[in-house]
Amino acid sequence: MRDVAVVGFAQRQMPEFDGSPTCVELLVPLFKECYEQTGWTRRDVGFWCSGSSDYLAGRSFSFVQAVDAIGVIPPVNESHVEMDLAWAMYEAWIKIQTGEVDTALVYAFGKSSAGVLRRTLALQLEPYTMTPLWPDTVSLAGLQARAGIDAGLWDERAMAEVANRSLTDAEKNEYAIRKGGSSVDELLARPMYADPLRKHDCAPVTDGAAAIVLAAGDRAREVRDRPAWLTGISHYVDPMGMGVRDLTRSPSAQRAGAALELDGVEVAELHAPFSHQELILRRELGLTDDVAINPSGGALASNPMFSGGGIRVGEAAKRVWSGEATKALAHATSGPALQQNLVCTLASSPGSTAATEGARN
Amino acid sequence: MTRTLQAPVTVAFDYTRSTGPVIGRFLSGLRDGVVVGGRTSSGDVVVPPLEFDPVTHEATTEFVEVSSIGTVTSWTWVPEPVKDQPFDRPFAFALVTLDGADVPLLHALDVASPAEVRTGMRVRVRWASERTGHINDILCYEPLAPGEAETPNEVAGTSGDDPVTGVVTPVSLDYNYAASPEESLFYRGLNEGRIMGQRCPTCQKVYIPPRSACPADGTPTAEEVELSQTGTVTTFCIVNVPFLGQKITPPYVSAYVLLDGADIAVLHLILGVPADEVRMGMRVKAVWKPRDEWTFSLENIDHFAPTGDPDADYDTYKHHL
Repeated sequence: MRDVAVVGFAQRQMPEFDGSPTCVELLVPLFKECYEQTGWTRRDVGFWCSGSSDYLAGRSFSFVQAVDAIGVIPPVNESHVEMDLAWAMYEAWIKIQTGEVDTALVYAFGKSSAGVLRRTLALQLEPYTMTPLWPDTVSLAGLQARAGIDAGLWDERAMAEVANRSLTDAEKNEYAIRKGGSSVDELLARPMYADPLRKHDCAPVTDGAAAIVLAAGDRAREVRDRPAWLTGISHYVDPMGMGVRDLTRSPSAQRAGAALELDGVEVAELHAPFSHQELILRRELGLTDDVAINPSGGALASNPMFSGGGIRVGEAAKRVWSGEATKALAHATSGPALQQNLVCTLASSPGSTAATEGARN
Repeated sequence: MTRTLQAPVTVAFDYTRSTGPVIGRFLSGLRDGVVVGGRTSSGDVVVPPLEFDPVTHEATTEFVEVSSIGTVTSWTWVPEPVKDQPFDRPFAFALVTLDGADVPLLHALDVASPAEVRTGMRVRVRWASERTGHINDILCYEPLAPGEAETPNEVAGTSGDDPVTGVVTPVSLDYNYAASPEESLFYRGLNEGRIMGQRCPTCQKVYIPPRSACPADGTPTAEEVELSQTGTVTTFCIVNVPFLGQKITPPYVSAYVLLDGADIAVLHLILGVPADEVRMGMRVKAVWKPRDEWTFSLENIDHFAPTGDPDADYDTYKHHL
């Protein structure tokens, strides 16, 4: 395994982006920030990979136009996933592991506000028996939250505690679009929205984009004194049907975490777009109370589609760069109700890299 | 003036899918007013049936009819329904484990308020009167009143002998589409009878329509350039094939026109000359529609027509082919 580190990160988040859903306008300054952080030009980037969806953009091939933001004369080595930035990063990590390239810049973008996000996402469901009912994202999360409440695994107060901590921490995050904690009692006094969810239990619809820079070995050390080494990365998926899995669990998150060495994690950035999902993830990843959860405010403070997961990686990396943490965990999710999960660890020392291979056992 | 031009856009497509034997069996059952599950290798009855066993990966072959009455295992309130959901007024989505099944089936539950739902309540399927072999043959679940006799709803007698093999799901998505600021400049210009491009500060190329970044350099193209209405045909094709929605009778010419001062050609029609006389290097000019028909569209230019000037020298456009 080659040692690979996160050495650059840039993000933009907003309630409503007044611009084209191709988001080139957002990506150009993000790339500029990445070049400034690394001292590179675009020619120093060995591989590019983006994450986006035409269903969000409302037009075809929006990812092709986004390539304008790179500038592709001479041509670049480029790929795309219709997945979150974290999975684009996974592809780049693999690419670096092959030895073909030493550096990568991955990016993702989405203008969720162009359509009705919670409805658009019904298109990722089983197309015969689910999509025709248009079960929106909030409803599916509500079914999951209720299942846990009924099973006595959490209650509305525990969910409000997650929201209150997230909104309080978000006050320090300039990119958060919803922020300002109050108290658990005040949150519980707010009206129910999609019973059993209140609005603060649900991530706000967010437009935005983000970029992450990866580099191997000495290329990473050239960029930063303290790169955030990706010491482990793993992802798994659960079945698509809502009926055939225990909604109070996330076996794929558990398995992804079990493939990694999580001892010594001080900070965890969890991609939980609904408050109860953080409770599921903490349990599945075995995170104890001494691990700081989502100091950025997490997805309840802002959750741009296609970059919300990768932003967790970037936020975790920032804490390693700054010396705040020597080991951090980042998690990204995709699909309905925590169906698919990616977990990685970032550390100040490369150590020995545990990757998905570990999970074969 | 807003920063960008915006307009509503609806993207719609009828997804037509073959069902295969397992989902087909389930949907055939719905058409006949019966809920069909599949038995897995562990003995569980799963509704809808899984195409392949989650443990052995064998194809599902054992089908089991389950009751149309069952128990709510989880539910959520839907305060603001979205388009095409089973109800257009607030309702509940519910996971319901039908009697005889081991896992729940998602559908809408017809109740007027969240106070009328609880986990564990008994409900039954309300069938559509006309069933086609689709998940919406189930209209919804409806509550059984406490103490009410557990009688399934009547199934009106549509039934077919042919197994359901396909399903059509219309998908229609509404967007508010925004043009980029650069595209907005372009379309606003057209609305005023002008053709606007932008110059890349790095490579000096002039783009039309202008883009948010120069695709060669990745540099934002800030400098606005009004382009000439005259240009050169760089390459073209003669359209001989009729197609749905065609507005002009073939043969006619679609061509790339390199406007004077631009580095990117625009695709447009060449009219006012027999198709077989159009040639590379031909000098052409924009012919606009009457001013009262102008809008924020390239269609304000009806077509390009020959200027009658001598053809452009090949060297003037050879880098733009």
